[in-house]
Amino acid sequence: MGLTKLNLKAASAEGSSIGDPSLTSVDSHGVAAVHAYPQVSLARSWNSPSGNFVEQSLQYFLFACALSSVLTTFGIVFILLKEMSGFFSVVSVWEFFTGTQWFPLLSPARFGVLPLVSGTLMIALGSCLIAVPIGLLIAIFLSEYCPRGFRVILKSALELLAGIPTVVYGYLALTFVTPQLAKIFPQIEVFNALSACIVVGIMIIPTIASVTEDAIHSVPGYLRDAGYGLGMRRYQIVSSIVFPAAISGFVASIILGLSRAIGETMAVTLAAGASPKLTFNFFESIQTMTAFIVQVSQGDTPAGTIEYQSIFVVGFCLFIMTLGTNLIAQFVVRRIHHRI
Amino acid sequence: MFAKKLHWKSLPLPVAGLASLIIAFLFLAFLLIHIFSEGAGGLSWSFFINFASRFPTKAGIYSALMGSLWLLALTALISIPVGIFSALYLEEIAAKNAFTNFIRGNIANLAGVPSIVYGLLGLALFVRILGFGSSLIAGACTLSLLILPVIIMASIESLRAVPRKLREAAFGVGASPMQVLFEHTLSQAIPGMITGVILALSRSLGETAPLITVGALAFAAFLPESMTDQFTSLSIQIFNWASRPQMEFQELAATAIIVILSITFMMNFVAMLLRWKLSSRKATS
Repeated sequence: MGLTKLNLKAASAEGSSIGDPSLTSVDSHGVAAVHAYPQVSLARSWNSPSGNFVEQSLQYFLFACALSSVLTTFGIVFILLKEMSGFFSVVSVWEFFTGTQWFPLLSPARFGVLPLVSGTLMIALGSCLIAVPIGLLIAIFLSEYCPRGFRVILKSALELLAGIPTVVYGYLALTFVTPQLAKIFPQIEVFNALSACIVVGIMIIPTIASVTEDAIHSVPGYLRDAGYGLGMRRYQIVSSIVFPAAISGFVASIILGLSRAIGETMAVTLAAGASPKLTFNFFESIQTMTAFIVQVSQGDTPAGTIEYQSIFVVGFCLFIMTLGTNLIAQFVVRRIHHRI
Repeated sequence: MFAKKLHWKSLPLPVAGLASLIIAFLFLAFLLIHIFSEGAGGLSWSFFINFASRFPTKAGIYSALMGSLWLLALTALISIPVGIFSALYLEEIAAKNAFTNFIRGNIANLAGVPSIVYGLLGLALFVRILGFGSSLIAGACTLSLLILPVIIMASIESLRAVPRKLREAAFGVGASPMQVLFEHTLSQAIPGMITGVILALSRSLGETAPLITVGALAFAAFLPESMTDQFTSLSIQIFNWASRPQMEFQELAATAIIVILSITFMMNFVAMLLRWKLSSRKATS
C-alpha cells in the first residue's frame, strides 16, 4: 500500500520548468497527484520505419494489454446498465429512489433504496468522524514533529493497518469491539452500526494520514522559513501556514476516506448486520448497500430474477457514489498543484 | 539551534499527534493480542490438513488454504504480465495524446472502484457470459482485474524512476527500441515493480467480497484439482466461521486469521525490505 508514493514536490518542481502537467494518477490508496512529462518523448523511435515486424507486433501486443483497463471500465458500466434496464422494467424508478422500505426477498417485495443508502452514509460519516481527526493529527505529527528515522518506520507500520484484510476487521468488530461497547452502552444490539464505524474508521486512518502527509510535505520550505523569520513558534507555523497551504490535500484525503468507507464490504457485513432500516441510531443493526450485495450473493440466485438484478442496481448506485467522490478528490488535488 | 523557552501553547499539537499515533497502534496491538488469545490454542498440524467440518474440533483449513494458494498463483499469472506490459506501453511507447491520457485517468479511477463492484463484473462476465461457472479461474480473473490498476500504477512509478540518460545512452550505442525497452529500462525497473506486485497480491489474498459474489463455496471438503473446479478460500472460510454464533467457530476463525495475517504480514515485510534496499541503493549511487 502506498508504495507508489507520488512526490508532489518533485512533480511541481518539474512541472514549473515545463509547465505541462499532463497526467493525474492515483496510488493504491486512490491518491491523486499530477505528473509532468519531458517534452520530447523517446517513444518516437518506435514509430520509425526501421522497426521490424517483431517490434511492430510487440507494440500492438503491449497496446492490447493497456487496453484491458478501458475494457474493464466499459465492462462494468455495460453489465450494470444491462441488468439495471431489466430491473427498472419491473420496478419504477420513482419507487426505487424515494421508497423507504427495502424488502427484496419478501413478497410483496419492496424496492426503496433509501434505507440502504442511509446505512451506507451512516457508516461513511461515522467512520470519517473517527478517522479524520486522528489521521490529521498523525499526519501533522509525522511530518512536523517526528524524528526522521522514526518517520519511515512509523509510516510502514501504519501501512500494516491498511494491509489487514477487511474480513479480519469484521471479525474484530463482532468479537472485540461490540462486547467492549456493550459494557458502556448496555442497550446496544449484537449487530450495530457503531462498532462497524469504529473499525472502518481505523481502517481508513492510513489513507487519510498518508494523503494529508503528502500534502503537508509538498508545502514549500520557504513558507515555513518566512514564518520563522517573523518569529513565529512552531505550532503557529503549523496552524497558520502549513495547514492552510495543505488544506486541499486534507480535503481530498477526507473525500478518499469517505469513498473507501462507502465501498467497504466485509467489515460492515459482519458488524452491522442485515436489517435495512431508515434510522440514525448507531446502536441498532442496519444494512449497507455493499452488505446487501453480499447477502444476496451468498444464496444461489438464478440469473434473470429480480433479486439478481437488484444487486446490480445497488452496485450501480455504489459505483456512481464512489466514482463521484474519487473524481471530486482528484479535482481538489489538481487544484493544490495549480496553487503551489 | 535557537533555544526558545517552551511555551505552553506549543505542547498540545505534538502531544495530540503522538496520542493519535498511539491510539492507532494500540488498536493494532489489541487486535493482535485478541486474535492470538482466541486463536493460538487452535494452531496445530491437524488444523492445516483437515477439511472444513460441522464439528469444530475436526475442522481445518486444508481446502481453504489450497484454494487461496491456487487463486494467488493464477492471479499472479494473469495480472503480472498484463499489468507490467500495460505500464510499459503507457510509459515507454505510447505517444502522450488524449487517448492515452484517457487510459491513464481511467486506471486511476478504476483503483477507486469498490472490490464488490468487480465481483459483480466477475459474476456477470466470467461466471455467466463466458461460462466459467463459479470456478477458480473465474475468481482469479476477477481478482486480477481488481489488482491490475495497483500493479500498473506501481510499475509506471518504477519505470519513471529509471533515469532518462540510461535510455539515451542505450539508443546512442545503437540498441533497437526493443532492446532498450527490455534489456535496459525494464531490467532496471523490475525490483521496484516486484514491490508493487507483492503488495497487490497480498491485497488479493485478503479479498473476500468479490469471491462471494463470484460464488466461492462456503463449505468445501475437497481440494481443487484444476482451474475449472469450484473452490473456497481462507478469507471466505474466516467469514463463514466468524458469522456463526457458536464460540467454537469464532475461535476457529481467529486461528485462521492468524494464518492469513502471517502470510499478509510476511508479504508486506518482504515488499518493505525491497523498498528500503532500493531507496538506500538510490541514495548511494
